[in-house]
Amino acid sequence: MLSKKNKEILLGPLSKNNPVIVQILGICSALAVTAKLEPALVMAVSVTAVVAFANVIISLLRNTIPNSIRIIVQLVVVAALVIIVDQILKAYMYQVSKQLSVFVGLIITNCILMGRLEAFALSHKPWESFLDGIGNGVGYGIILVIVAFFRELLGSGTLFGYQVIPQQMYDWGYQNNGLMILPPMALITVACIIWVHRSRNKDLQQ
Amino acid sequence: MKALKNYIDKIKPHFEPGGKLSMFQSVFEGFESFLFVPNTTSHSGVHIHDSIDSKRTMTVVIVALLPALLFGMYNVGYQHYLSIGQLAQTSFWSIFLFGFLAVLPKIVVSYVVGLGIEFTAAQIRHHEIQEGFLVSGLLIPMIVPVDTPLWMIAVATAFAVIFAKEVFGGTGMNIFNVALVTRAFLFFAYPSKMSGDEVFIRTSDTFSLGAGNVVEGFSGATPLGQAATHSGGLLQLTDTLGSPLSLSDMFFGLIPGSIGETSTLAILIGAAILLFTGIASWRVMLSVFAGGIVMSLICNWFANPAIYPAAQLSPLTHICLGGFAFAAVFMATDPVTGARTNTGKYIFGFLVGVLAILIRVFNSGYPEGAMLAVLLMNAFAPLIDYFVVEANIRRRLKRAKNLTK
Repeated sequence: MLSKKNKEILLGPLSKNNPVIVQILGICSALAVTAKLEPALVMAVSVTAVVAFANVIISLLRNTIPNSIRIIVQLVVVAALVIIVDQILKAYMYQVSKQLSVFVGLIITNCILMGRLEAFALSHKPWESFLDGIGNGVGYGIILVIVAFFRELLGSGTLFGYQVIPQQMYDWGYQNNGLMILPPMALITVACIIWVHRSRNKDLQQ
Repeated sequence: MKALKNYIDKIKPHFEPGGKLSMFQSVFEGFESFLFVPNTTSHSGVHIHDSIDSKRTMTVVIVALLPALLFGMYNVGYQHYLSIGQLAQTSFWSIFLFGFLAVLPKIVVSYVVGLGIEFTAAQIRHHEIQEGFLVSGLLIPMIVPVDTPLWMIAVATAFAVIFAKEVFGGTGMNIFNVALVTRAFLFFAYPSKMSGDEVFIRTSDTFSLGAGNVVEGFSGATPLGQAATHSGGLLQLTDTLGSPLSLSDMFFGLIPGSIGETSTLAILIGAAILLFTGIASWRVMLSVFAGGIVMSLICNWFANPAIYPAAQLSPLTHICLGGFAFAAVFMATDPVTGARTNTGKYIFGFLVGVLAILIRVFNSGYPEGAMLAVLLMNAFAPLIDYFVVEANIRRRLKRAKNLTK
């Protein structure tokens, strides 16, 4: 089940082959949903579920899909999964789904999805594709959560909506950094993560 | 001087590669070349050494900034004593001392944080220490309101030096003006401490100097703040106690505003120094003012003053108010972030002036547009240069073709 090769498929996207900070994919949603931790976490789980199951389905169908229409088939599969995720969110986590608004629907256009389907699922068996989907989803999710952690902590002084910076600090004159809530700081935070990551992995430097 | 030189020559070997303090080589070199002209000479070929290197350039800019800085210190004290109703019985020197003590901590914080990061970055990369921050470090305290907390200035300076300068490769490589990035960071991160009518006049005491309560009818709004929040009828700008401001008040600068920007006169003295020594480009300065005047005339004629109250201000008022003159003289003329071609300088400056007034008049959320105008045009400066150079190449190719015909 988890041979050495499969482990590599599962764990590679977490660091050395991370979709966000190495391949620079899915940046758009990383900017849009990371102002708070909760929506970022929900987004991470949603994308992981969609990538994993889309990978499995496409991998099962890979020998029957005619090559000329494979993009359309992939889109249909992804769209169906996204609608299921969207409906589940609306049913069980209405507040969060309102915060995420169109960005759940926009998972369809997330480059990570099409990238994995094209590059991996079309040429690998279902179990490996499933692991690859989980790995890439989690790799994407880790970055989202790290970015959201710093943005919510410095921008709102809270984590998951609970105040973590003590009131004493505000009485001494501390203020939340309003720029962290704005999109530019998401880019700069991602850039900082890339900076730290590259300086720890010399082989990724160009 | 001789003794100092001997001492420096004595400790020099410690800092050279292999010496026990070699890790501090760039710090040593920075101080050595600050004190003495380097004694290295060229070994071969013909070289012309220009006496104006970047260290002397920076020194001249600092000298040019001094009139505005000293006046800004006096104005801080003046506005304070005016607001607590003790102006008449306070001497000139107490007023200046109050302002000096209010401004000095900001200068210290800005230099300590900025130079600390510069020195560290130079050590890590084994570069020489560059002088660029000498000017930025003085500009930063001059473009913030007097009541901006010191820790905010420290955070913003650190952010600007790292992300606007060091990641691009240090002095001379930055795309955006470092001092303005600091201000933009403060402006968007802590808007309540950078705008509004609470921060531009210090109403509390400074080091227990000048205690007192504000007088009846006090309002700390800057003239541009008043213009942005004005509604209906004729716009009359007033000082903090409600008496009307004349154009000469605005020109001499005894009005509320960021520390160094209020006095157009002091800034023009600085401009004269910069132009006389040839440090700054007159093309940029002239075209910024031209752009501002053209745009404010257009606003006078065409904008509806009921919706955009700042459109009522005359071109001269626009130039004397807020940071417009300061941006034109000290920010837009930054040789690193501005356009480099001569034609490009005209276009760059003109658009800075136009955008500054455009933002002032049509966006009441941002009473002052000079900062955003310069930052935006910094981003476009390379593009302007590219098209100027391309146009020149095309013109000359055409001429060559005509000659060979």
